[in-house]
Amino acid sequence: MRIGVFVCHCGSNIAGTVDCAKVAEIAKNFPDVVYADDPMYTCAEPGQAAIEAAIHEHKLDGVVVASCSPRMHEATFRRTVERAGLNRYMFEMANIREHVSWIGKEQQANTNKSAELVEIAVAKLRNNRPLAAKTFDVTKKTLIVGGGVAGIQAALDCAEGGIPVILVERESTIGGKMAKLDKTFPTVDCSACILGPKMVDVAQHPGITLYACAEIEEVSGYVGNFSVKIRKRATYIDWEKCTGCGACSEKCPSKKTPDVFNEFTGTTTAINIPFPQAIPKKAVINAQYCRQFTKGKCGVCAKVCPAGAIDYAMQDSFVTEEVGCIIAATGYELMDWTIYQEYGGGRYPDVITSLQYERLLSASGPTGGHIVRPSDGREPQTIVFIQCVGSRDNSIGRPYCSGFCCMYTAKQAILTKDHLPQSRSYVFYMDIRTPGKMYDEFSRRAVEEYGVEYIRGRVSAVYPDGLGRYVVMGADTLLGEPVEIRADMVVLAVGIEAAKNAPALAEKLRISYDKYGFFMESHVKLKPVETNTAGVFLAGVCQGAKDIPASVAQGSAAAAKALALFARDKLENDPQTAQVDARRCVGCGKCIRCCPFGAITETEIRNEKKAQVIETVCQGCGLCTSTCPQGAVQLSHATDNQILAEVNALCR
Amino acid sequence: MNYAYYPGCSAKGSSADYEKSTQAVCAVLGMNLVEIPGWNCCGSTPAHAVDTELSAALCSRNLDIAAQQGVEKLLTPCPSCLSNLRHTAKRMENPQFRARVDELLDNPAAPDFPGVTSVMQGMAAHCDANGIASFIRKDLGQLTLAPYYGCLMSRPADIMDFGDPENPTLMECLLAACGAKVLDFPLKTACCGASYGIPERTMTARLSARILRLATDMKADAIVAACPLCQMNLDLRQPQAAKEADAIFAMPVLYFTQIMGLAFGLSPDTLGLEKLRVSASALLDKLEPAPSISKTPVEGGQSCE
Repeated sequence: MRIGVFVCHCGSNIAGTVDCAKVAEIAKNFPDVVYADDPMYTCAEPGQAAIEAAIHEHKLDGVVVASCSPRMHEATFRRTVERAGLNRYMFEMANIREHVSWIGKEQQANTNKSAELVEIAVAKLRNNRPLAAKTFDVTKKTLIVGGGVAGIQAALDCAEGGIPVILVERESTIGGKMAKLDKTFPTVDCSACILGPKMVDVAQHPGITLYACAEIEEVSGYVGNFSVKIRKRATYIDWEKCTGCGACSEKCPSKKTPDVFNEFTGTTTAINIPFPQAIPKKAVINAQYCRQFTKGKCGVCAKVCPAGAIDYAMQDSFVTEEVGCIIAATGYELMDWTIYQEYGGGRYPDVITSLQYERLLSASGPTGGHIVRPSDGREPQTIVFIQCVGSRDNSIGRPYCSGFCCMYTAKQAILTKDHLPQSRSYVFYMDIRTPGKMYDEFSRRAVEEYGVEYIRGRVSAVYPDGLGRYVVMGADTLLGEPVEIRADMVVLAVGIEAAKNAPALAEKLRISYDKYGFFMESHVKLKPVETNTAGVFLAGVCQGAKDIPASVAQGSAAAAKALALFARDKLENDPQTAQVDARRCVGCGKCIRCCPFGAITETEIRNEKKAQVIETVCQGCGLCTSTCPQGAVQLSHATDNQILAEVNALCR
Repeated sequence: MNYAYYPGCSAKGSSADYEKSTQAVCAVLGMNLVEIPGWNCCGSTPAHAVDTELSAALCSRNLDIAAQQGVEKLLTPCPSCLSNLRHTAKRMENPQFRARVDELLDNPAAPDFPGVTSVMQGMAAHCDANGIASFIRKDLGQLTLAPYYGCLMSRPADIMDFGDPENPTLMECLLAACGAKVLDFPLKTACCGASYGIPERTMTARLSARILRLATDMKADAIVAACPLCQMNLDLRQPQAAKEADAIFAMPVLYFTQIMGLAFGLSPDTLGLEKLRVSASALLDKLEPAPSISKTPVEGGQSCE
């Protein structure tokens, strides 16, 4: 075998603490190494050309690049060797940047360690075999989890691109958080007016199948061929028959049902349609409050329904969809701010969340768009907005910024002045973070045109003064003195957190999530839409805090990824899969039971039970190889012999 | 049942009424408080503000005495003593710190100190709400009370272990068990000005006035305190607070033990009510004989803990 070694300087990233020329020199003494060099930037165009030239000139049949993490450039260099006529698996990478130069300062030690890592890579490469990918068919259909604005955008873009879409929404209507907003920044246009038409498009598009009141139960398969089991929760209404006329909720006697859509600012009926523009516009029964369920008798809705759609005996049902890719767009929730006992911990009726305030501002909200105090229905004269309640607060383990609160607080303060011209608004802030297009101009308007008083500092306590108002105690850190404001109402810009069952969904989708429950993108900068599971993409706040324009953009980006995937009729698998040596296999079936992907089946060879790997399903995790008592299962490109060669090289 | 007891120096002087009522109420509950012998002042604010090791030496001596007596749990009525004793126990877990403190003591301190807890938590652990209710002889139903813990009882949360630092609720539970109407008093853990009553009198007056103002506006009959210094600032210095706030206050400030004693039918004299600067006589007029006295605890009594 003839091996070439390239020790990358990565500018000064590696060469700063590693003697790359010396590593290349040492490498020349390793077995089968016939050529070694230390280029400045191996990944750059000249660097790659040099590898190709060396392959031809020195008749190399294997290449080692010692540079950055394989997660950065393995795919790049595999393509390079392939262009020069080698099999892409006749390439190995030694990570001497993240694993060496970035973490140690001592040049001697770093140089030694780099040489050892190169030696390991050479030893592995000497045992490599060319591998070939297999092709398989693709189901050209996208499943989108979550019907907020990001999911809606992704669904419409996919459908417009000719790809059928399955849209799964947990609530009884799509629209997500945006549907609850009154106006949107920085243009102060009506949220329902700009989102509503998109929601209608979803309902009317022949390419989109919508499952509302539905959740993901199980996911199996792999990129191009996922099988998704969907649980359709019992709504107790036959939606085929329901016309959305609303007669049922008019007559429903259970009128004290908490109104989830209105963020609990009011009550609703046990059977209801959350808001006039709901899609689908279908009624749902809240069984916890419905008298038919709690008391065993009522049946009013069944009597008044002109379509005969009420079905108290309805059970959850399941449907399975075959799709080629999945877009997660599950959004966010507000964190439980009631841990802040200094703001009353939820005990004071006029201390409300910003989302509740949106519902008070909204014409379709519980007050018809009039700002009044929940406690006594009076118009507030002084309103205090407190920012960063549950954001950027290490004391409660939430160091992250929720991103959009500065802007919506400015918007709410502006709208407050429009609704109540005599009112005064105060905003307690830490920093004003308004880096979007027309954003800073907008927040300046709140201060300069609307006279909103911004106070830089935190609020230490909010408490009722015993006379019907609230005392807001805080600090003005610019003046360096305490401030005290008598307020009629306090609005908390509550920080966001990942949707409650986001981690459970992530595990079903086999994607990673961070310690706050937000889904992990494949690369923070360069792959913000992809995940580490092929064929699963992200859109919206489920990946991290972002506002409506960014969510819409990411929804479109995810759709573009889906369309690009489906531009090909067949996909290639990764040949780094498990292989069963039928001569050694005793048919015990342990590998079948341990495989998390269902990629191993039982087969019969000459009347003997044997394990067989479905290569297109196998993800190459290696569980079966370490489970097999016979050593009959080997993972291609990480075989026992290859790993032992690496260990031997290091321990020699 | 015997309980090892560290009264703290205020009990022997400025808060003799707290001490008197604590003893009387604990006697009714069947808690016999046994002072540890030869105890000394915990150092209070001056010691720990000037020298942490000196403060720890003073406290370690007391904890050592309790340890020598084989005490498992030491009760103290004063939040400041509790705070100093608990901080010391925590700091003495550090061997270097312990070595420096040991140098200040006649003999090295015992390796393990007993746990220290407040009398209030001790009562809640001793008997549940129904147990307390069984001792009631007077009806407090006409009294509206503002529970006030002061800033120290629940902070810092990890040292004091007294529920939510912003919203402790143990006193409410005890007062409700005694039959009183208890306000959700928002300033229950606000600072009264503490020892700044001497160097910065107007600041203490301003902070105390805030508490007195809210209790007045919430129509409380009394503020119920659990700390000798808080009680002194709110009661003895009430005229100073009134002057600072340009208001007139007439707000009795009683210890929670005094309220419990009243519910148990103990005489004002036994509870040291004559020591209060703002008279509690308006309160006493609102007490009525308890309509029915249940001697035996009801099944499934709720714990205040």
